[in-house]
Amino acid sequence: MGHVAYFDAASTEPLHPQAREALLTAIDAGWADPARLYNQARRAHLLLEQARAEVAEALGARPDEVSFASSGTQAVHLGMLGTLHGRRRAGRHLVTSAVEHSSVLHAAQAHERDGGTAETVGVSLTGRVDLDAFRAAVAREGTALACLQTANHEVGTLQPVAEAAEACRRHGVPLFVDAAQTAGRLPVPAGWSVLAASAHKWGGPAGVGVLAVRKGTRFRSFLPEDERERRRVPGFENVPAVVAAAAALRAVTAEAESERARLSALVDRIRETVPQVVPDVEVIGEPVERAPHIVTFSCLYVDGEALLTELDRAGFAVSSGSSCTASTLRPSHVLEAMGVLTHGNVRVSLPRGASAAEVDRFLAVLPDAVRRIRQDAGVA
Amino acid sequence: MTDVTQPALTIDALGKKCPIPIIMLAEQINYVPLNAVVAVLADDPAAYTDVPAWCRLKSHRHVGSYELPGGGWAIHVRRNY
Repeated sequence: MGHVAYFDAASTEPLHPQAREALLTAIDAGWADPARLYNQARRAHLLLEQARAEVAEALGARPDEVSFASSGTQAVHLGMLGTLHGRRRAGRHLVTSAVEHSSVLHAAQAHERDGGTAETVGVSLTGRVDLDAFRAAVAREGTALACLQTANHEVGTLQPVAEAAEACRRHGVPLFVDAAQTAGRLPVPAGWSVLAASAHKWGGPAGVGVLAVRKGTRFRSFLPEDERERRRVPGFENVPAVVAAAAALRAVTAEAESERARLSALVDRIRETVPQVVPDVEVIGEPVERAPHIVTFSCLYVDGEALLTELDRAGFAVSSGSSCTASTLRPSHVLEAMGVLTHGNVRVSLPRGASAAEVDRFLAVLPDAVRRIRQDAGVA
Repeated sequence: MTDVTQPALTIDALGKKCPIPIIMLAEQINYVPLNAVVAVLADDPAAYTDVPAWCRLKSHRHVGSYELPGGGWAIHVRRNY
């Protein structure tokens, strides 16, 4: 097997070299308990607070608004349920879009099991939330929280976060923004009250989530009392990983503009070429208002798992929202909500440094891979 | 044009996983007359989204999806060309 092109950045971005360097240094310098009062502890504390300030600046927050969680998923769960808990006197109603990450939808289910109500707002054929319906939902009496992602993780569609935030502000409803797919790639849209992100999506190590809570947002953890991370996240901070996460964010933010333009052009090439070289294919998601690195298409009459296996054999790591490839037997809730084909789906998400040559090679092998699977299935 | 409510052809894709129900539909739709209805019986949740999406892509018409008493749906498609 030759070189493998890694095209699954939306799942996880490879560790940035500067994050690796920072991690190795911080393992030696930042191991002590940052809450203690001796020399090694002060050093760990200093590293942690410096990382916090850097992450806050990159995300447009104040350092005291930022807490570190043990994953992006945990940041989502704590952020949503903590805000709902803090606002339970205002109401128990939760509004989300239908295409939020499963961590958001799972937190919504937990809220419902706890006696709250939840409402999911539908999306267009391109995956963009129905803004009028979203506005109407947050205007409803007793709405405690609304949630909207910056960009969809499966199809790349950008959501109208600033407009949604404006509607939320008008009705005094906090807006939770899942920025996992865009943090470090695009500026964070204005107007969020609570924000979650995940370091391994921007080239930091896994196991670092970011939870930012805007000053003035009512927030109360629903978990047992713990003093760490301004009482928002329990448990001992992973200081070396946080330091590495901040280093990666600094590095990718510095190169974000040029890399964004470069990857976006490669995504455009895929969007244009795939329908020309593969018959019966649907490229899905917003063509322009999209994350710079994600493109998804679905091939009619093709089993998604078979296609991923073929592409893996040809040296491409890609992902799929098809049910046959997912851990559950249900098709992707995102593709379902959009009303697009849920089978034969391929998500290409380009990591930093993805080359035009790799993309061209992908476009060269794809038509044969699809043709072989269709032939095996008896589709001419 | 009369409204054809009775399917001219029923494709039993119960127990078949995606994309087999769509493949069966694509193979057989040309065996019914123009404007006739094909009913696809399927219980893979993907079919519920994928048959209407196929109709949109192939310019046929999704008439409706009706729940079956034993689980799954009868998904009605009108042949347009």
